[in-house]
Amino acid sequence: MEFSAALLLNAIIAGLLLGGFYAAVSVGISISFGMLDVVNIAHPGFIILGSYIAYIVNTHFGVDPIAVSLLLSPLFFLLGMALYRVYYLCFEKRGQESLRGLAFFFGILFITEVALILIFGVDYRTVKTAYADTTLRLGVVDFPLRLVVPFLVSMAMVVGIQLFLTHTFFGRAVLAVAQDQLALRLMGVNPVRIKELAFALSIATAGVAGAFLIVIQPVEPSIGREYIGLVFAVCVLGGMGSIWGTLLGAFVLGLAESFTSTFFGPSWAPAVSFGLLLFALAFRPAGLFGR
Amino acid sequence: MKLIRAIAAMLGAMLLAAPAAVLAQQPLKIGFGMSLTGPLAGNGKAALIAMEIWRDDVNKKGGILGRKVEFIYYDDQTNPATVPSIYAKLLDVDKVDLVVSGYGTNVIAPAMPIMMQRKLTFMSLFGLNVNSKFKYDRYFQIMPAGPDPAIGWSQGFFDAAMGMNPKPRTVALVGADAEYPAMALEGARAHAKRVGLKVVYDKTYPPKTVDYSPIVRAIQATNPDIVFVASYPPDSAGMVRAATEVGLKTRMFGGGLVGPQFAALKTQLGPLLNGVVNYEFFVPELSKQFPFLEGFLKKYQERAAKEGVDPLGFYLPPYAYAMMQVLEQAIGKVGSLDQEKLAAYIHKAEFDTFVGKVRFAQNGEWARSRVMMTQYSGISGNGVEQFKKPGKVTVLYPKEYRTGDVKAPYHENKK
Repeated sequence: MEFSAALLLNAIIAGLLLGGFYAAVSVGISISFGMLDVVNIAHPGFIILGSYIAYIVNTHFGVDPIAVSLLLSPLFFLLGMALYRVYYLCFEKRGQESLRGLAFFFGILFITEVALILIFGVDYRTVKTAYADTTLRLGVVDFPLRLVVPFLVSMAMVVGIQLFLTHTFFGRAVLAVAQDQLALRLMGVNPVRIKELAFALSIATAGVAGAFLIVIQPVEPSIGREYIGLVFAVCVLGGMGSIWGTLLGAFVLGLAESFTSTFFGPSWAPAVSFGLLLFALAFRPAGLFGR
Repeated sequence: MKLIRAIAAMLGAMLLAAPAAVLAQQPLKIGFGMSLTGPLAGNGKAALIAMEIWRDDVNKKGGILGRKVEFIYYDDQTNPATVPSIYAKLLDVDKVDLVVSGYGTNVIAPAMPIMMQRKLTFMSLFGLNVNSKFKYDRYFQIMPAGPDPAIGWSQGFFDAAMGMNPKPRTVALVGADAEYPAMALEGARAHAKRVGLKVVYDKTYPPKTVDYSPIVRAIQATNPDIVFVASYPPDSAGMVRAATEVGLKTRMFGGGLVGPQFAALKTQLGPLLNGVVNYEFFVPELSKQFPFLEGFLKKYQERAAKEGVDPLGFYLPPYAYAMMQVLEQAIGKVGSLDQEKLAAYIHKAEFDTFVGKVRFAQNGEWARSRVMMTQYSGISGNGVEQFKKPGKVTVLYPKEYRTGDVKAPYHENKK
């Protein structure tokens, strides 16, 4: 295979577009796992739920799946609040969040999956969008809108969350929960309420990421399991609880996958990605942006 | 004295006849595990519908050996670990008379030891070369991949390619890191060597890949005349999309894509499939050659719509039905459930089924490969109805079913 500038440029663009998608699926975990210390292993289950809701609305009403996910994100927010309330009352409050909490989220993941199987069956589902089959070409570089549109919305979402967390009282309270709950309580803020809302925000992002997923590829109920490793890897690589770190980690893994696939052979992509993760952690155990 | 003897003889005859009469009233129980949940449940459920249609058809005709057929089945969850216990329960607790396999290699292979231990005749559904290791003489498999599935699978793709003028000189081989693609790629390498094609790209990718465009660009950089792809449904969709997005320029593309045989992927990809060459097991263009399938597919499609499985049913269901037909015809001819006699008969006979004449090779696979190689064209929009009628597929191989030649190059079909 000949090395060419076109191949290199396309590999960079493909890696960045992929990284944008990875950032969207991981940002929720960065909030729940990185900031709130809630090991929400069911996060990919909510991503798939988001995919199916986008699928239903798109199939019946022809509405764009990403628009649907943004419109319905308050519902996911409420679902997240309810889920955290149950988790808090049953596990966190009793100090049993570590192992039993993990089992709880595993259960949620499987219940979501089985419910989707019972309702929709196990066929692959997809959506129709006006842009899915269009590719823009700028010189030698391709921009498939199937990836560009999720990338742009993902960037808006991630940057929006970062600004929200750093420029609002609630956001700062979320960051404070991650550091010192007792100090937060002494300042008259209820950390449980803050965690509840922050967890709800993480679930809302999962719903939006689900719409991205079904725009990019067909989905079936058990496909969420494939993202468990990835979302935690991005979160850890970027640095626990850092939104910018999550974004950088997602780009690093996206670019690593794209470059490996293009120049060395795609079967090496996971090994290179996770090798990079290990390498980064060896030098920065807290992750790229971790403190 | 004569009267006493006559009464004794009558009583004796009645006692002897009683078990046979009782047996005739008992259903003939056929047991199997089937993937009703898990990743392959879509196919498992479709196969079950087909088998149930067969059961109902047979029972309408009076059953087998005068006994009504009854199914006892359990969900194997597409999990090989559940299979041995399912068959142990079927044989020891449920006391089934016969067993058949569930869908796919992963659940057929774990059932083999128990079949061999109990010397059972084992009809199986779409296993890939399972018997190559076991070499069990009572194993039979209904997928038409031929005695050497690795070779039979891609025979049509390479024969069609070499029929082009000018003949191709280079080939790219790509597939997922998984069992089926590995087997298909192994066969493709053998064919490339056989027909003298230079392999310019030969790589695999992880099945969890999200974006396939870097792979297609890397393939394009090698300028192959033809591209053989072996993939499962999600990556089939990804590869076809990426080939379109990148504008892949090659003369033939496809071959071993799993997925476009089903309505879900056909409708999802729609016009993106135009130009793709790929295997199929049945297409509406061949309805005249398979006249019995029309009635069966009508029944299947009615039920599939209700149960949310593949609404076309061209791929697996006819073969699930045919698998049961083989068993039915063998029992009918042998006249008993003697496993040794059944296996011996299936080895030597030819069976007339909904999918045509079936004869088995020594290893239990079809005696001759009949993997059809087809090319999609003229697909517009994403509606499913267009795929139920002839007109969207050209059959390239085998020659007895051929309806046309390859339309090359691949990318010109997109215009």
